[in-house]
Amino acid sequence: MKKLLGIFLFLAILYGLLLFADPGARSVQNHLNLGQRIGLYGILSLAVGMLIITGGIDLSMGSVVALTSTVFAMLVRDHGWSPIAAMPVVLAMGVVIGLVHGLLVTQVRVQAFIVTLCGLFVYRGIARWIANDAVKGLGSMGENWKDVLNTDLGSVLERWTGWDLPIPKVIHMHLVLFLIILALATVFLHFTRHGRYFFALGSNERAAKYSGISVNTYRIMAYVLCSTLTALFAIPYLLYNNSATPSSTGNFFELYAIAGAVLGGCSLRGGEGTSVGILIGTAIIWLLPNLTNMWGIPSSLEYTVIGVALLLGATLDEVLRRWGRVSKA
Amino acid sequence: MALIRFPLAEREGHVEEGSKNSSMPPLLEARGISKSFPGVRALQNVSMHVEAAETLAVCGENGAGKSTLMKILGGVQTPDAGEIHLQGRPIALNTVKDAERAGIVLIHQELNLADDLDVASNIFLGREPTWGGPLGFLSSRIYDDAAALMQRLGLDCSPRARVRDLPVGQQQLVEIARSLSLQSRILILDEPTSSLTDRETERLFRVLRELKRDGLALIYISHRLREIEEIADRVTVLRDGQNAGELFRGGQSSAFDAVSAKPLAGDHGNDIVHENIVRLMVGRELKQFFQRSRHVPEGLPVLSVRDVRWSAKQKAGISFDLRGGEIVGMSGLMGAGRTELADTIFGARPRITGSLILDGLPVNIRTPRHAIDRGIFLAPEDRRTEGLILADSVQQNISLPTLAKISHGGLLSFREESALAKRMIEMMRVRTPSPDQAVGLLSGGNQQKVVLAKWLQMRPRVLILDEPTRGIDVGAKSEIYALMDQLAGEGVAVLMISSDLEEILGMSDRVLVMHEGALAGELARDQLSEEAIMRLATGGDRR
Repeated sequence: MKKLLGIFLFLAILYGLLLFADPGARSVQNHLNLGQRIGLYGILSLAVGMLIITGGIDLSMGSVVALTSTVFAMLVRDHGWSPIAAMPVVLAMGVVIGLVHGLLVTQVRVQAFIVTLCGLFVYRGIARWIANDAVKGLGSMGENWKDVLNTDLGSVLERWTGWDLPIPKVIHMHLVLFLIILALATVFLHFTRHGRYFFALGSNERAAKYSGISVNTYRIMAYVLCSTLTALFAIPYLLYNNSATPSSTGNFFELYAIAGAVLGGCSLRGGEGTSVGILIGTAIIWLLPNLTNMWGIPSSLEYTVIGVALLLGATLDEVLRRWGRVSKA
Repeated sequence: MALIRFPLAEREGHVEEGSKNSSMPPLLEARGISKSFPGVRALQNVSMHVEAAETLAVCGENGAGKSTLMKILGGVQTPDAGEIHLQGRPIALNTVKDAERAGIVLIHQELNLADDLDVASNIFLGREPTWGGPLGFLSSRIYDDAAALMQRLGLDCSPRARVRDLPVGQQQLVEIARSLSLQSRILILDEPTSSLTDRETERLFRVLRELKRDGLALIYISHRLREIEEIADRVTVLRDGQNAGELFRGGQSSAFDAVSAKPLAGDHGNDIVHENIVRLMVGRELKQFFQRSRHVPEGLPVLSVRDVRWSAKQKAGISFDLRGGEIVGMSGLMGAGRTELADTIFGARPRITGSLILDGLPVNIRTPRHAIDRGIFLAPEDRRTEGLILADSVQQNISLPTLAKISHGGLLSFREESALAKRMIEMMRVRTPSPDQAVGLLSGGNQQKVVLAKWLQMRPRVLILDEPTRGIDVGAKSEIYALMDQLAGEGVAVLMISSDLEEILGMSDRVLVMHEGALAGELARDQLSEEAIMRLATGGDRR
């Protein structure tokens, strides 16, 4: 709780700085854009965050995005599938990839870092190979989906009800999608025994095993959840950008995702983290580029700002932890 | 600059002078030391002293406060209250460096050596002789200096040998060589023999006697009372974080228990003999301590273990029966395979041959879940890494094995979870400020009660306890013994694995002894003796 409060304050300060910066920063359009990014990339942070809670890690997420979005685009555009038929195929790919990661980690006992680092290379290679390294666009396919996903909640409700609603058009549908997934993840992580086992596994795998928990099953489940959510992310991402570039789509995404989860209170040692924290962490990560932009800091410094913020967060966390220990003793 | 001087040799004259003059203050004295940790008062007003050229043994059960006291003397921890005097002058030992400067070196039970470096580098780690000023090129003089020290200790390996390749006994001597190179006057050895062979122990004792003759003060901590009888000049016993009494070599006057202020009974006065030490450590007669009502186990075995093996190296499988209502002790040396056997029965370790029969029917147990569902529970050897999730609350630890039962429609019922935790905390008399307290902050005894609470909320048929009282205080110990007795009375089959022979003798209806992965024999109640168990445990014949 204390930790959540800390990062929430950090977010509030950043947000205050943003509002202070420029009238443009206060606009509805800017908030809509922010919500879009936080919502969309929040899915990835949540995916890897749940895995990090079990003590795992996934470095292959960006490549999984490249592969699944390429396959989705090819199925829909080149093979004329309807998006509703392509979706389960892409999700199944996520399940299989997660299963492979999970089995390699639990059965062959290869380190997760290595397994998913190899995945990072392999999936991107496959994506480039099947697409002949060409950009795969959606063209005008999937218009119905785009109408729903690439807009804001107010507009969608207006279209469905046919009324003229007096609500500001500021909540992007990506944020809505994320909040639904976040709600489900919150129930799973914090209100079911399965979620409790995730934490137990991350805190002390041996104790979990001796308490009768099937640790391998839950470990595999965490990898499958992560890769499947990554594949799910690829669909709105593709519909938003309308094309996938196998060689560059999804580059660095795993790092943004891990940064969001860690900033949001997930410990890489496992056993720690909250769904709400992941939301806040993601918000901070995506507020920062906006902030640098609005304050007129050259965008070439964007990565540096994110890196410094992450380091500050981690340092502060460690200092507070030590301070807390001393004041308790 | 000569890197090593032998301070002891130089000081030898002074030592003799000092020991003749009885009004001289002791070399090292601790007065009124107190230290608390969250939830535990580790030391209360403890005093002790040690003279030059003296071997002082500090005894006490696990949790009595020995280690804490030694860590305070070694500068690892600072006391909450009390003073430490070196030759009559108060000193502050806030860091290990402070202690080393005062000539006090603590050698931990787990050796602190850089395994991949050679012997000489370990001896002088952090103080390597160098040349070239700030460039710090290593000087080869290190090997000559090391060889001189090693010779003194009779450590006959090469100073260039990698520490990892040495037997444990020699590694121990490397640590001692290191402490001598620090010009120490007071050497604290915490359980130095716990992983040594008999021959290595003998050799260590020879070295220690030599060092004592040179004027070093030795503080020796061990659970092996026979070793203490052999080597100690004086014994200070701690119990529950307080001074329990003192024994002297050849002491004949009647000894007093410092806590109860009652004289110790017995013919040995306050001499350093086994029974005096035990009486001071336990604080009561052993018979009162182990409460055991006799049960006559009847009927068919609850659990039959048949020809079970977990390793291809085992020549024969292990077979035995457990009947309801009996407490079966399991004894053996470290590494005899007792914990592996327990893990295998519980399904935490794959069984390569053999079968398990529960209530006359074969059961296939492949995971702990299978065992738990059939009422076979294990309180594992290491409660901190296997029994509990230390960072989690008492409540979360208790409910972990039964979360499925307090879930409805997939959702956890926090109300039921908290009711369950409250009920078990009360039943097991777990002393915790609240169910939300992190279990790692409780004392060892209360942690063990939480481990048992995890299982006793269900109905056990077979309860396997691996080292159930290791590292817990006397009060919690007797509560756990009483609980075991009660469970046996209710018809549970209890298998108690223990390295504590007194506990085995005090609690068991019969004893199984393991040796090198095999069952070496079984002793009935009337055949039980420390000697009989040790003979089987060390591979000797049954007589």
